[in-house]
Amino acid sequence: MKHASKQWFALVVILGGILSLAACSKKAAPPPPPPPPAPAAPTASLSANPGSIQSGQSSTLSWQTSNATDVTIDGIGAVQANGSQQVTPTDSTTYHLTAKGSGGSQEATARVTVAQAPPPPPPVAAGPTDEDLFSQNVKDVYFDYDKADVRGDQQGSILGDVQFLNQHAAINFTVEGHCDERGSTEYNLALGDKRATAVKNALVSAGIGASRVKTISYGKEKPFCSESNEACWQQNRRGHFVYQR
Amino acid sequence: MHPTMYMNGRDENKTLRRNKYRVTILSYGDCICDFVSPARMNDSARPATPQEARRAGGARPRILLVLLSSLIFCLMAPALRAQDWVKTGTSLGVERVRLAVSDFKPSSTDPQNDALLKTFNDTLWNDLDVSGVVELVSKSFYPLQVPGQPVDVTFPAWSAPPPNAAMLAFGNFGVAGGKLTMQGWLYDVKNTASPQVLGKQYTDTPSDQAARVIAHKFADEIIFRLGGGIPGIAESTIYFVSDRSGHKEIWVMDYDGSNQRQVTRLGSISLSPRVSPDGSRLAFSSLTKTGWEIMMYSLDLNRLVAFPHLGGTNLSPSWSPDGLKLAFSSSRGGSPEIYIADANGGNLHSMTANKGPDVSPIWNRKTGAQIAYVSGVTGLPQVYTMESDGTNQQRMTDQGYAVSPSWAPNGQFLVLAWVRKYGPGDPGALDLYLMDIASKQWVQLTHDGGRNDSPSWSPDGRHIVFQSSRSGKEEIWMMLADGTKLQQLTFTGRNTQPNWSWK
Repeated sequence: MKHASKQWFALVVILGGILSLAACSKKAAPPPPPPPPAPAAPTASLSANPGSIQSGQSSTLSWQTSNATDVTIDGIGAVQANGSQQVTPTDSTTYHLTAKGSGGSQEATARVTVAQAPPPPPPVAAGPTDEDLFSQNVKDVYFDYDKADVRGDQQGSILGDVQFLNQHAAINFTVEGHCDERGSTEYNLALGDKRATAVKNALVSAGIGASRVKTISYGKEKPFCSESNEACWQQNRRGHFVYQR
Repeated sequence: MHPTMYMNGRDENKTLRRNKYRVTILSYGDCICDFVSPARMNDSARPATPQEARRAGGARPRILLVLLSSLIFCLMAPALRAQDWVKTGTSLGVERVRLAVSDFKPSSTDPQNDALLKTFNDTLWNDLDVSGVVELVSKSFYPLQVPGQPVDVTFPAWSAPPPNAAMLAFGNFGVAGGKLTMQGWLYDVKNTASPQVLGKQYTDTPSDQAARVIAHKFADEIIFRLGGGIPGIAESTIYFVSDRSGHKEIWVMDYDGSNQRQVTRLGSISLSPRVSPDGSRLAFSSLTKTGWEIMMYSLDLNRLVAFPHLGGTNLSPSWSPDGLKLAFSSSRGGSPEIYIADANGGNLHSMTANKGPDVSPIWNRKTGAQIAYVSGVTGLPQVYTMESDGTNQQRMTDQGYAVSPSWAPNGQFLVLAWVRKYGPGDPGALDLYLMDIASKQWVQLTHDGGRNDSPSWSPDGRHIVFQSSRSGKEEIWMMLADGTKLQQLTFTGRNTQPNWSWK
């Protein structure tokens, strides 16, 4: 009997202990919560590599932040706290990173400079460009029916042509004399010759070197259009400038 | 009765013809004005006395005399100036010789015969039809029996109505033993006592071209006798510009449009072909690397031969009738002027000095003493003449737009392309006009629309070849010098600037 009571006693003690322990822990709960540490201010850095690119190339933005909960880069949006990203700006751009955390916010910037379209490309390509400029800037001279003198309303074209040709003294060129379809082949070739010469003389008297100018007559052999009306005939009565390579 | 025959090979016959030509070209003016003398009709092929010749053929030369005098009278008549449309020649009521041309009889049964005979018959008929000296009797009036030999000819069947022919051409034609042989006669069917005017035999290797050549030769013999002693043109050629190869090149064809073939292959632009009087060289203008230059092509060597590059724009060469000089337009001195040079390009000197474009010179091909040309010195181009030393420059046209003069073989006429009335609201048409040089009287030759330009005279002075757009695009046409008998010669591509050979 005594042995059994010991067992019961132990059981009670253990249970009591458990109970008391449980009661104790409940009662001992409020250790004073540690005062929340003063939140650390976030840090941020942003860099672009390379910092200067040609238009169309790309640069790599890299950033590190700490103590930040919310990191954004203007123009890109929300990003991870640390990371990198390729960007291909078309114009020079300042990237602006904002890292926000409970300790405040921090900003960082990085600038990617974009060199604009290579300015008038290097002299290697000068030839074709001269030709392009020539065809863009030099205006043909139009004539009246059966006439080979430069009429008043064409003086503006001559002046513009002289101005351009003075600025581009290396350009040599041919003036082609053209005629409309009416009249004889032979007479039109002679007339076209006079037209080409008239344009050449106007240029030379305005200071263009005669050696830069060749003349040729096409008469009515190479018309610009082939309708039989005054609009087309006027198109075909001209001194036409051709760039000479 | 047996015909007198000549056994002529091709080349011999050509020489014969050329000799005759030389004789007659010297007497051209006489032929036109003071028409046919019995002596000229008295050809060796016809063993007849002058009296017989007058009796047999005299009526017809007299008719021709009337015909041509009336043509000349019309040209001179001041009243015609005011008229717009004038038909000269037979339509005024004068009859030409009525000639019946029987199809030639096949003389063999060779398989080649049919095609060659057709070529021969068609060519002979066309040559005589366009000659302007005979009136062909329609074949529907002919007797059924085809004469192949003189014995086959029943005179009344031809000389009485309906054929009512004055002359009959007939003969036989066939391939035998690898040879093509043609025998042909011209009979005066109203002179039963001495009917033969002409008897000829030709032999050649059989080919389509040989059949043509034989027909041309026989036609020319007939025309020579019925046309007042002026050689026919059936063996002449016409040079022209065609773009049918993709570039404007110089081409040549027989005068009837057959046998068209390319001469130059320069791949550029070649214009204004002018064959030399002896037919050995061709001068033209071509666009080269140094501009428009006069080019010289040997028709004997079939290649270009040297001619100096002169610089400037060089256009529209023209041969002097002796073949020793060229006149052309050159802007080497700044403005297009008329220059003269030796045929090799040496001894160059200018004839004109004015500010207008001067172009298209053409020598008086009878005398060589004058040059007609085109000048724009007063504005619209006009036709002028000058002595061949540059003096005595005379304006020939009084108004409008006048270009492309061509001097008639008799030295008396110019044909030119003219827009008589040009101005706003009156675009006018470019038509051909015949002008008497001494009086400046003119007659309009073309009326049928299109742009008509670049006339060139035939060696016999009876025909004019020219370019016209009347069919829709520029093609070569031929007509009699009175504007009748229009015939289109080219049909492929654009064809311009015809130039008739000198013989």
